[in-house]
Amino acid sequence: MTKENITAEKQFLTPFNVVAGIILLVGAVITILRFTKGIGAVTNLDNNNPWGLWIGFDLMCGVALAAGGYVTSSACYVFGLKKYHSAVRPAILTAFLGYALVVFALHYDVGRPWRLPYPIFYSQGTSSLLFEVGLCVFLYLTVLFVEWTPAAFEWLGFKKIRAWVVRLTMVLTIFGVVLSTLHQSSLGALFQIAPSKLHPLWYSGYLHVYFFISSMFAGMSMVIFEGTLAHKWLHHKMDETHLAEAEGVVLGFGKAASFVMMGYIGIKLIGLAVDNNWHYLTTGWGLWFLVELVGFVLFPAILYGMGAREKNTTFIRIAAFWTVLGIILNRLNISVIAFNYHLPSADRYVPSFMEVGTTIFIVTIGLVVYKFIATRMPILYEHPDYKEHH
Amino acid sequence: MAISRRKFLTSMGAVIGAGTTGTLTKAYGATKTGFKGYPESFGVLHDITRCIGCRKCEQACNDVNKLDKPERPFDDLKVLDQKRRTDEAVYTVVNKFSGTPDVFVKKQCNHCQEPACASACFVKALKKDKTGAVVYDESLCVGCRYCMVACPFNIPAYTYNDPLSPKVTKCTLCLPRIQEGKLPGCVEICPKEALVFGKRKDLIKIAWKRITQSPGHYIEHVYGEHEMGGTSWLYLSGAPFEKVGMREDLGNTPAPELTSGALGTVPIVVGLWPVLLTGVYAISKRKEKIADEERKEAVQKATDLATAEMNKQLSQLKNKLTKEKDTAIKTEVKKALDAAAKKAAEAAKAVEKPLAAEDAADDDTGNEEE
Repeated sequence: MTKENITAEKQFLTPFNVVAGIILLVGAVITILRFTKGIGAVTNLDNNNPWGLWIGFDLMCGVALAAGGYVTSSACYVFGLKKYHSAVRPAILTAFLGYALVVFALHYDVGRPWRLPYPIFYSQGTSSLLFEVGLCVFLYLTVLFVEWTPAAFEWLGFKKIRAWVVRLTMVLTIFGVVLSTLHQSSLGALFQIAPSKLHPLWYSGYLHVYFFISSMFAGMSMVIFEGTLAHKWLHHKMDETHLAEAEGVVLGFGKAASFVMMGYIGIKLIGLAVDNNWHYLTTGWGLWFLVELVGFVLFPAILYGMGAREKNTTFIRIAAFWTVLGIILNRLNISVIAFNYHLPSADRYVPSFMEVGTTIFIVTIGLVVYKFIATRMPILYEHPDYKEHH
Repeated sequence: MAISRRKFLTSMGAVIGAGTTGTLTKAYGATKTGFKGYPESFGVLHDITRCIGCRKCEQACNDVNKLDKPERPFDDLKVLDQKRRTDEAVYTVVNKFSGTPDVFVKKQCNHCQEPACASACFVKALKKDKTGAVVYDESLCVGCRYCMVACPFNIPAYTYNDPLSPKVTKCTLCLPRIQEGKLPGCVEICPKEALVFGKRKDLIKIAWKRITQSPGHYIEHVYGEHEMGGTSWLYLSGAPFEKVGMREDLGNTPAPELTSGALGTVPIVVGLWPVLLTGVYAISKRKEKIADEERKEAVQKATDLATAEMNKQLSQLKNKLTKEKDTAIKTEVKKALDAAAKKAAEAAKAVEKPLAAEDAADDDTGNEEE
């Protein structure tokens, strides 16, 4: 034990820590610039392009990729798929960190972040989809925090309060699904107010449905993807149950994702038919649309299906990574790339280096905090004192 | 006959008085029954064919709103050679569209009847005033800039370089001046009466009158009468609107209606999801319970069956063992008897005393019966 501690101290300057340290330092500099010189000093945002990478990636992709929380917890607790139990805690932790970072990133993007509680507590603009997003994200972040606390309480040894929180599991899970349905879909519906700005291939009256359905396979893919990473870096922290169930989670989620993605392609085609947008498919934007739909949804969906049938987890892990990229592409297309498609190229938005730097900085914070928590608290293993409690 | 801005000026005091003291009896919202705008609301008619591109309106706007002075003075008309949009220090711009003759178009907030920006604002910092102005309240604004995303005319701007109190900027329709009974700055200064201020419903009549009175002079369309549900600013043009930088593909649907469907699903999800999910939970729980019961039953059955089978086998084994034992005893006895008989016979033979052999046989028989 003591020996391990000594080696741990010696290994403080690991490549991970060094790289993370540099990124955090750069991030700190950008942060100072942002809050002393203003948004204009660090971003390429302008009056035609009020939303850039910070909304397109940090908010849109952040929320979509944190969907693993509600997907996994509802699969386990609501749908009774107990064999996914060991995947719930890592998924909840990722979702909690994901949402926390979304809110953190918003502090950079909005003009007066100290007023972020205004829409909830001070002046409610209930006709706005953004109000709904804000309210749901606020409530869901709270739910995820409470859902995560048992791990912390086990680590700290607070048995009574842990038992009390665990009793809320069912209510919290259902509340979480309701809130996720609402804000995942509302993020898409945000753009329904601007039919004249978003390219018709991406604009649809069904945008909110597309966002909700795609959040499901985004969440599943993210659970598989981060599971793959965790197996690589934190294998020693996993207990036998986790290791034994891991393959089942990969196969089960892969199969489910394949199904949902096929359904998603179906409703995307229905959307094309409803608005009769087929003729756009032969344009440059159409090609780009097909790259997204065929290359980053259909292809990984087939790969997922094959992996599930052949019990080939490598296929599924590749498909998961591919799907995550596809979700990022989709969200960026809607919020940045195909948004303002009609503007001359000189007026189009390209993120600045400091915007990209801030995004990398925020993702790095997520990784560091995840690692900090997963190496200390019972996330990838069950605490020996509480084994019977589920 | 066009109603001049001066005529309006004189009659306006009374209108404003009535407008501000009278209370609205009906609450208007983004309903599908169709909001036709506040009945007495004002607007401005911009007759593009009359505009000469003198930029006096830009200057007046700058003065009235106390904005930063631009690098190039307002009488520098070379500025017109570049396409411009509104920004944080410029609430209105005049753009030149080359042709014969050149066409000049003023651009500013159109003050929509049902503003996309106000519908998008999540803190109600933007509101449609009953005078027709879309007003912005800086004290509520968080700075999310969703209004800028939502605006179909790309009007609101943001003071991106202000670290502490950045804000959205746009034309106010000179609401403070209207409330004082004055005309908006740009309307007042316009030397060509290219801008007419008045009640929106009257301006529509004026616009159509001009179209009918001068055949061929105007495109037969009043831009803003129906666009995005109608705007307080209205436009007349001799050139197709699309050619002078005004989008004709916006449609007539008011912005709030575009999102009302998605917003309408919210209460349904809140109401239905818990019921459905609890149902799913109950089903999965019940399935589990039944499976458990069935498993228990099956186990019981199997156990019973196994016990019976075992008992049967045991008793069979017991019988078999008893039989085997009997047989073994019999065999042994027989062996002993035979041996004894043999012995006796041998003895008899040896001693030749048949009587003694018979006695021994009697003894053995007695033993066997015991």
